[in-house]
Amino acid sequence: MTRFLIRRLWQMIPTLAGVMVLIFVLFNWVGGDPAEQLAGLIADPVRVQEIRASLGVDQPWWNQLALFARQVLTFDFGRSWATNEEVRNIFLTRLGPTLTVMLPVLVLETVLGVLLALAVARVRGTLTDRHIMILCTVAMSVSFLVYIIVFQYLFGFQLGWFPVQGWSDDPLKNLLVYAPLPVLCAVAVSLAPQIRLYRSFCLEELEQDYVRTARAKGLSETAILLRHVLRNALIPILTHVATNLPGVFVGSFLLEKFFSIPGLGREVITAVERSDFPVIKAVAVSLAVLTMLINLLVDVLYRAADPRLSYK
Amino acid sequence: MNRAMRAPAVHGAGLRSGLLALAWGRLRRDRVALVAMAIVAAYVLLMLAAWSGLVARDWSREVAVSYAPPSWAAGAGEPGTSTPAGATPGAAGSGSLTGAAAGTPVDLTDIDPLAPRYAEWDRRAAELKTTEQARAQTLPMGADKWGRDVLAKAIKGTEVSLFVGLSAALLATLIGTVLGAWAGFSGGWVDDLLEWFYSVFTAIPGILLILAFAAVLRPGLVNIIVILGLTGWTGIYRLVRAEYLKHRSRDYVRAAEAIGASPGARMFSHILPNVSHVSLVQLSQHVVSFIKAEVILSFLGFGVPLDQVSWGTMLAEAQAELVVGKWWQLLAATVSMAVLVTAFSMLTDALRDALDPRLRSETRR
Repeated sequence: MTRFLIRRLWQMIPTLAGVMVLIFVLFNWVGGDPAEQLAGLIADPVRVQEIRASLGVDQPWWNQLALFARQVLTFDFGRSWATNEEVRNIFLTRLGPTLTVMLPVLVLETVLGVLLALAVARVRGTLTDRHIMILCTVAMSVSFLVYIIVFQYLFGFQLGWFPVQGWSDDPLKNLLVYAPLPVLCAVAVSLAPQIRLYRSFCLEELEQDYVRTARAKGLSETAILLRHVLRNALIPILTHVATNLPGVFVGSFLLEKFFSIPGLGREVITAVERSDFPVIKAVAVSLAVLTMLINLLVDVLYRAADPRLSYK
Repeated sequence: MNRAMRAPAVHGAGLRSGLLALAWGRLRRDRVALVAMAIVAAYVLLMLAAWSGLVARDWSREVAVSYAPPSWAAGAGEPGTSTPAGATPGAAGSGSLTGAAAGTPVDLTDIDPLAPRYAEWDRRAAELKTTEQARAQTLPMGADKWGRDVLAKAIKGTEVSLFVGLSAALLATLIGTVLGAWAGFSGGWVDDLLEWFYSVFTAIPGILLILAFAAVLRPGLVNIIVILGLTGWTGIYRLVRAEYLKHRSRDYVRAAEAIGASPGARMFSHILPNVSHVSLVQLSQHVVSFIKAEVILSFLGFGVPLDQVSWGTMLAEAQAELVVGKWWQLLAATVSMAVLVTAFSMLTDALRDALDPRLRSETRR
């Protein structure tokens, strides 16, 4: 177990180095000279030179790369170019709102998706099944934007069930008052693809021999689905959830933008709009590390759940 | 030698029909697939027509009154609010300068340094002819805030969105297939290197990678294609690589090697035809996801430039319009996108079923 962990952590190093080089090439080379932008229209050459020196972009590229590597390793990405706020601080304060929205989304969409997929798998092959699948395809072809625009208009503006947008300092109020409408949007959008996917997982399990055995001993179809199929289909389902887990931390960019939620996703969008490179770099690298750690955690959990897999 | 072996296969297509011919036969029996294909083909024709200027060339002309409602729902837009007087540029442009100055209670002629020239400017303004353009009260699909035809915008948006989706998917498929073939066929250090490359690109969540690219590249049609292509190849690479791993030691590849086919020839003229169905299905699937991504990027302002229209920029305008009850642009963009994407998704499913019959039992029953 320990050796497995050490080897996997060791393997992360080249990937992390690659991510750093990719981000570095993107922002320090493709991105152009940041000083020109920061100095603005009245670009006094001396001032531009000063800014370049303060950012370290007048150094040779290997020094810049070393500086970036040090930033990553110490988790100190300096300050935002736009607001001069410490990037580390941006992270810590924006993560809360993002999770307030995304965790309920994750739980709701998974539970509802699995239950509905089981229900559809129950009536597989019928006309109802076919109609639901077509409905799912149509629902998936409408842009996420349209769902948000219409839901915000209908439930927020016309019916007034929820506030159109907003956020407060009180976590409980955020969760109960401001989060429900964005959560509703996200769940509505993700249900169709989830039902399709989870249904196919369930159908795959229904082909297995143990299902035939269960039928032969007289179990009802519902019992087979809930007791046998669900437990086996949970493995691919949880894999799917786990691969999407890193996305939870950046949240949905669109939701946060539409509903003015001060989360990480909106921060990234604003950073892209303002060419605020330190923030984007920091978020990209941190998310990459987080993704790798989550993947490792999932692997460990697999081995805990399935004794056939070994820590080889 | 190579040619001699391939020749009978070409002539005897009826006897030993190829993968694609078999798939086409299966596809032709699938009515849903045929309808979907017809819709996609119609959209592609529309894209070509708009691109060549046959239709929707004047999408940016202001041909109707501001927020002219669709003709089939003329009663829907509240009359009166739909035609603000100041919105017509003719009225705003012809207002005389002195007339506006005379309206002010205090006479500023003494201190106004521009006062002596007002008369001259008025005379010169009178010389210019402002032709009052007849503006339509309704349009088939309504008009936007500036009186531009929403239908023409939707057609032009179709051109941009579909073109971006197709080109980016082609680029991603090309990158993914070539790299996947190379890695899977070569193995060894090439495979290690490309696998490392893959792990780097997949370590960063997809949308964040797209935004990171968007942050350093300016909005533009070519750039958005490059962004989507460069960030979207990983899934295709993975699948193609797996296929090549499977195929590279099969008998027919070894036979080709024995008769002296070079590695390049084995990779591309022997194995590729046998795994191309994977790329084809992926291509189709990526068109759908790239169209969706382009719409979102353009909505955020990181996609097409301001002087072009896409479904994403239409939705961006529609958000504000909906609050004042002008729903037609939202409807036009949503429906034109949903029809295409639904058809394309169904075509993708049908393609997969036709090209890989083994999967059929699992996905459809």
